[in-house]
Amino acid sequence: MSNFINFRKGNFNLNMKLPFLIFCFLVLSSLENHSQNCSYNFSGIVMDLHDESSLSNAVISIDGLDQNILSDENGFFEFVGLCQSNYKITISHLKCKSKSLSINLNGNLEKVIKLEHHINELNEVIVLGDSNKKSKTIYESKISKEIIDDNFNSNLGDILKNVSGISSINSGNSIVKPIINGLYGSRVDILNNEVNIQDQQWGIEHAPSIDINSAANIYVIKGAGALQYSGSAIGGIVIAEPSKNLLKDSLYGKTLMYGGSNGKGGSLMSKLTRTYENGWFSTLQGTLKRFGDFNAPDYIMSNTGFIDKSASFQIGLNRFNYGFEFFLSSVNNEIGILSASHLHTAGDQIRAINSDSILYVDEFTYNINAPKQKVTHNLIKSKIYKRFQGFGKATLQYHFQNNKRLEFDIRRGINKNTASTDLRLKTHTLIIDFDSSFSDKFDFKFGIKGEFQNNFPNPETGVRRIIPDYDKYDFGSYVISNIKLNKNWLLEGGIRFDYSKIDALKYYRKSFWEFRNYNKIYKNIVVKELSNQVLTNPKRNFNNLSTTIGLSKKINIFNSLLLNYSIGSRAPNPSELFSEGLHHSSARIELGDLSFSSEKSHKVGLTLSHIKNNVRITFNPYINSITDFIFINPTEIQQTVRGSFQVWEYMQTNARIWGIDSDINYNFIEKFTLKSQISFLKGIDTTNEEPLINMPPLNFKNEISYVNPKFHNFLLSIQSDYTFKQNDFPNNNFEVFVPTTGKMELVDVSSSPEAYHLLNFRSSIDLSTENKSKIKIGLSINNLLDKSYKNYLNRMRNYSHDLGRNIMLNINVNY
Amino acid sequence: MKKLYTYALISSLIFVSCSKDDDPVAVNEEEVITTMIVTLVPSDASTNVTLKTQDLDGDGPNAPVVTVSGNLKASLTYAGSVKFLNETTTPAEDITEEVEEESNDHQVFYTVGSGITMNVVSTNNDSGGNPLGTKFKIDNISSAGSGKLTFTLRHKPKKPNTGLADAGGDTDIEATFDIVIE
Repeated sequence: MSNFINFRKGNFNLNMKLPFLIFCFLVLSSLENHSQNCSYNFSGIVMDLHDESSLSNAVISIDGLDQNILSDENGFFEFVGLCQSNYKITISHLKCKSKSLSINLNGNLEKVIKLEHHINELNEVIVLGDSNKKSKTIYESKISKEIIDDNFNSNLGDILKNVSGISSINSGNSIVKPIINGLYGSRVDILNNEVNIQDQQWGIEHAPSIDINSAANIYVIKGAGALQYSGSAIGGIVIAEPSKNLLKDSLYGKTLMYGGSNGKGGSLMSKLTRTYENGWFSTLQGTLKRFGDFNAPDYIMSNTGFIDKSASFQIGLNRFNYGFEFFLSSVNNEIGILSASHLHTAGDQIRAINSDSILYVDEFTYNINAPKQKVTHNLIKSKIYKRFQGFGKATLQYHFQNNKRLEFDIRRGINKNTASTDLRLKTHTLIIDFDSSFSDKFDFKFGIKGEFQNNFPNPETGVRRIIPDYDKYDFGSYVISNIKLNKNWLLEGGIRFDYSKIDALKYYRKSFWEFRNYNKIYKNIVVKELSNQVLTNPKRNFNNLSTTIGLSKKINIFNSLLLNYSIGSRAPNPSELFSEGLHHSSARIELGDLSFSSEKSHKVGLTLSHIKNNVRITFNPYINSITDFIFINPTEIQQTVRGSFQVWEYMQTNARIWGIDSDINYNFIEKFTLKSQISFLKGIDTTNEEPLINMPPLNFKNEISYVNPKFHNFLLSIQSDYTFKQNDFPNNNFEVFVPTTGKMELVDVSSSPEAYHLLNFRSSIDLSTENKSKIKIGLSINNLLDKSYKNYLNRMRNYSHDLGRNIMLNINVNY
Repeated sequence: MKKLYTYALISSLIFVSCSKDDDPVAVNEEEVITTMIVTLVPSDASTNVTLKTQDLDGDGPNAPVVTVSGNLKASLTYAGSVKFLNETTTPAEDITEEVEEESNDHQVFYTVGSGITMNVVSTNNDSGGNPLGTKFKIDNISSAGSGKLTFTLRHKPKKPNTGLADAGGDTDIEATFDIVIE
C-alpha cells in the first residue's frame, strides 16, 4: 500500500566546501528548471513552529498519488518527477496537528513547512506564534532538553559551552561562570523560570546558584537586547525554562544517574510530573551530587570535592484565559577550594607559579575542608495571568529569593570553624507584564518591575566586611514592539528605563578613608568615627536607559539575516563600589571606588543563518563598544606585616570587544554529522591601548558523530576541542623582595598558558522496555588522552593544572 | 481580576514590611597580627636587641613601621624569642599564645640574607616533636658586616620539613630586618 521512501538528496552538497555553502546556495536556488515534462521536484523542510528545530519522520503525502515520504533527521524531504499540476499536500506527524496545503507546480519548488509540534502542550505560544523568542533580531542559541539530560551532571557554565561565543571563567572545576562574548559576572543575567537570579554574582569565585535540571531548555541571548528581562545584561542573558506540560491526564518522569571516575563521584536526578486535562499540573524534581577530590593527569587536586543538593517544585493551572503558577527552588552547594591555592603573600605566589607541579597534595578524600564555600539559594515564584479579549495577556509575578553565602577560610583559635564571609541577600521582586498582539503584523509588550534587595553581612565572622550592609531599590519599565513590515521583513524596537538606588552602611578603615581623600570628598556621609574605622552611609542613584532596535529578514526559505543594535547600561555593583581590603583567595588587595558611574554598552550584532537539507550554519559577527567599562587593574605594591601584596583598583575605561561566532552542523553522509563551533574575539582597553584581561582565547571545536536511528539510536562521537594560547593579555607582573633568595623576583601573574587540544568521546544507546519506559545508556570520556593543560580562564591556573581524564557512565530512564 | 488585586496587595505589604535595622556593629578582627617583636638576649647579659614590625592598619594603605634597636656583636650568642600581637584591640591581644597552643599548625622560619653569616635554630618544639621556632638561639655569628634577617610565620606548614622552601602552608607574617654585626 504505502510506499515509504526515506529519501535523501545528496548532490546539493557534494561539491560544497563549508565556508562557501551560503554563497553556493544562493546560486543554486536561482537556477530554475524550465522543462515542461513531468520532471519537477518538490522538496522542503519540516520544522517545529516554535523553535524551528527540524522534525524527522513527518509523513508528507500527495493526494491522488500513492506516494508517502518521510522527512529525514534534518526534516528534509523531496518528491521527484512530478508533473506541472496542482497538488494537495498533507503533512502529518505523530506529535503534531496535520497540515494541508495546495501547491501549483510549474517548476521545482522548495518549501519550509512548520508544524505545530506538541499540540497537546498548552502554552500561549500556540496563540502568539513564535513569541516565545526573547528577541526576534538577536540570534538565540538553545541548549535542548536532550543535551541537558545527557549532561545533567554538569553545571550551567560548562553546559553553555555547547554554544559558540560562550566560554567560562572558573575558580577550579566546580565554580564555573559563563562568559558571553567576553563578558561575565554582573554583565550576564541568569533567569531561572523567569526569575532573575540574585546572588553575589559579581565575584569570579561565585558560581551561579542554579540547578540546570530544573530547566527543560536553556537559551542564550548574546547581548542586552532582551529588554523585557533586563537592560543591564550587556554581556547577555541566560534563560532557563521549565518544561511545558501536556494537557492530558498523565503521570510521567525521569531518573538520571551518573558516575564519573574523576572525583570518584556520582549524581542522581529525578523528576516527576503530573498533568491533568483540565490544565492543572505539578512537577517535583531533585538532584543530588557528591564528588571527592578531582585529579589532574599527574596529581590529586586536594580539597576540590563538592556536594550539591537541589530540589524544585512547581504547581499550577494552565488555561487559555487564565492560569497561575507557583514555583519553589532550593539550591545547596558545598564546594571545596583547592588547598594549594590558599596563599597569602606574593612570595607564596612565586613559589606556586614557578612550580611545575602543585604545592600541596594530600590523599584522596570525600571530605571538604576549609577553604570552602557553602551556598544556599532559595527561591519562591508566584505568577498569575489573565487574557483580556481584544487586548492581550496580563501577567503578575512576585519572586522572593534568599541567598546565603558562607566562605570558610583556614583560621586560627576559636574562630577555626567560623565562616570568614557570611552574606545574606534577600530580594523581593514584583513584575507586571502586558503582552498583546493587535494583529499579525504588530505586537507590543510592556511591563514594570519593582525590586527591593537587602544585603546583610554577618559581623559575627570576626572579619571585616568587604561587601557592606545595603538596601537596594530598583524600578524598571520597558516597551518592546515587533512590526512585520512584509512577508520577509520584521522590525523590532524596544526601550527600557531603570532606576536604581543603593543605600549602604559601610565601615571603612580610617587609613584608607584618609588615603583616598574620602574624608574631604565624602565627609557628609560619615555616621560615626571609631578609633581606627569610620562608619559611613553612602547612597547612590543610577538612571539607566537601554534601547534595542533590530531587523529580521528572510532572504529566502533557507537563509535569514538578523541585525540588531542594542544599548545597555549597567550600574556598578557593590564590589565595584565598596571593596576595600585583602581578597584572600586571590592574594591581592582589592579597592572599589565610590564615585563610579554606570557603564554603557553599544553592541551591534549580525547573524546570518542558513538551514537547508543537511546543513545548518550560523555566522555571527559582533562589535561591542563599552564606555566607562569597569575593570580591575593593578596599581602598586603594598607592604603589610604579611609581606607584599599587589593592589588592584577598580577603574573605569573605554573598551571595545569584537568577535565572530560560528556554528556549523553538516550531515555529510547518511548517519554522520560534523558539528563545528568557532569562537573568536578581541578585547581592547581603548583608553590605555592595552588588551583587556581574561578575554577568552580562540576556540575551535569539531565533533564527528555517527547515529544509527535504526539500531537503538546508537551514537558514537569524537570531539576535538582546540584552545589557542591567549596572546593578548595586559602585563600585570610585578617584582617583590623574596627573603629566601635575598633578591627582587618577578611575580608572573599575567602570562597565559600554552594552547591545548582535548579529545572527548561519547557513546550512547537507547533501550526500550516492555512497559514503555525508555532507557538510555551512555559512556563518555572527557580528556581522552589525559592531557595535562592549563586554562587561561581558570583562576587556579597558577596553582594547578586542569582536570585529567574522566570516564563517565550515564543511565537515563524516562517513564 | 479580583485575584490580581489581592495578589498585588499582599506583595506590596511584603515590600513595606522591610524596615531598616540599626547601625551595623563594627568588627574588630581578632586574628589579625599587627605586630611582631623579636627579642634577642645576648650571652653577656648586656642590653637586649629588639626587632619590631608594626602595621596598625593591617591590609590598609599604611606600610608597616620596622625598627631595630641595636647592632649584634660577633663575639656573642643570643637567646631569642618571637612575640605576635594584635594591637587593633585594647588591650592588645597576644597571638603568640594561640600559635603555641596550635603548635602543630605553625612554625617560625629564619632566613639569613647575604652579607651576614649566623646560625639560627629553633629551641622549642611543637607537640609532635618538630621545631616550632617561637624560641630560638643565634650563634656562630661571623665578623662584622650587614645584611637582612627575615622571620616568617607559616600557618599549616608541612611537618617535618627541610626549611621554608618545602614547608608550604601560608604566610601569616613575614618581616625582614636590616642587621648590622659589629
